[in-house]
Order: sequence, then structure tokens, then C-alpha cells
Amino acid sequence: MAANVENSEIRYLNPPTVEVRKKKYCRFKKAGIKYVDYKDAEFLKKFLNEQGKILPRRITGTSLKFQRKVAQAIKRARTLALLPFVTDLLK
Amino acid sequence: MIKQYETVFIATPVLSESQMKEAVAKYIQLIKDNGGEVVYEEDWGLKQLAYPIQHKTSGFYYLIEFKSNPEFIATLETQYHRDERIIRYLTVALDKNAVAYAEHRRQVRNAKANAPKVEEPVVEAEVEAEVEEKED
Repeated sequence: MAANVENSEIRYLNPPTVEVRKKKYCRFKKAGIKYVDYKDAEFLKKFLNEQGKILPRRITGTSLKFQRKVAQAIKRARTLALLPFVTDLLK
Repeated sequence: MIKQYETVFIATPVLSESQMKEAVAKYIQLIKDNGGEVVYEEDWGLKQLAYPIQHKTSGFYYLIEFKSNPEFIATLETQYHRDERIIRYLTVALDKNAVAYAEHRRQVRNAKANAPKVEEPVVEAEVEAEVEEKED
């Protein structure tokens, strides 16, 4: 890579900034939460996008084990009309 | 074998308070008649639904936590299904983590209920504000 940069025709006025990404973590493992409650709709909204869709793990950083539990809880909350199946501008 | 369950049902908003109490009493009696034991019950009151169910936009929520035989669940859900007052129901089995969580939740709620009510109105106000936003 380093050799490539030297040989390339493109020259930057400012050295290109490399983003230092914060390491994602599973909030359940960190906080020691063992059960995801379907009754707490406000909490579950953190795992939904604006259309009310479940956010993927790669965005929230949740571990697989808890992603399954979150998904289950959201689906239960949806049956009880605590969360919408489809919507616009949830947040 | 006895397992712990949790059931939430939504009753139609057209019921009067006494009718709602009657419905609740019916299901608690049903649990007791079938050898179950009611651990906890909670009235969530009239809540807005996130989407309309049977053309209704609100409903009375009621939560019952109980211990019973797994065979009883089918009976309970049949009763819910036949009852025209109930528009939606959900029964879930609680595992050991869920039971621990439920106990903790109960304690927190009891502590809140006993403590002077300072936070409660604020929370309600927020909920109302959100509802208004959605309507817009």
C-alpha cells in the first residue's frame, strides 16, 4: 500500500484523514442485561430505524445472542400494538 | 409441571370501568379454577395503539403473571379468542432470567408507587407530546 501511494499520480494538498472508528460493543453484555423486555417499547425503539424496521447488528453492535432476543421482543411488542409494524418518522 | 407465564390482553375501549373489572376478574378466576396461582397483576389503563386493531385506536391493557400447568394455556387462549371484549392477547412463558427481571421490575414499580410522585407526571406529559406529534 505504501509503495502504491508514493507511485500514484494523485497528490493531496492535505494528507487524507483516516477515520478512527470507535469499536462497537454489545450494550447488553456490557451492562449485564440478561432479559430483553417486550413491554418496554421506549427501550426497543433504539433498535428500530425511522420506518420501524429492526436495525442490523452491524449498526447497533449487538451480539448475535442478544440480537435474537431483541428481535423476538420487538415482534412481541408489535403484536401488542406497543410498536408499529410500519410507520414513518418514528423518531 | 408448573411453569410461570405472563399474559397481556387488550380490551376494547368501549368498556366501562366496571365491565373492565369484570373481565379481569373473569380471567383471574379462570386461572385459579384451573389450579393456577396469580403472582402479579398490573393495570396499564387506556393506551393508544401503535396501529388500529378492529378499527380501534386505543385499548385497555392488562398484565397478569401467573403459575400454571402448560396445558392450561390452550384453555386460556381459547377463552380470550371467544371473548369479544378482548381485541388482542399475548401469553409468554418466562424463563429464569425473565422471572428475575419481572421481580426486579415489580420492586422498582412498587418503590416508585410508594415514593412521592414527582417523576410520574413528567413521563405522562412526554408520552402525550409524542402522540400529538404522530398525529401531525
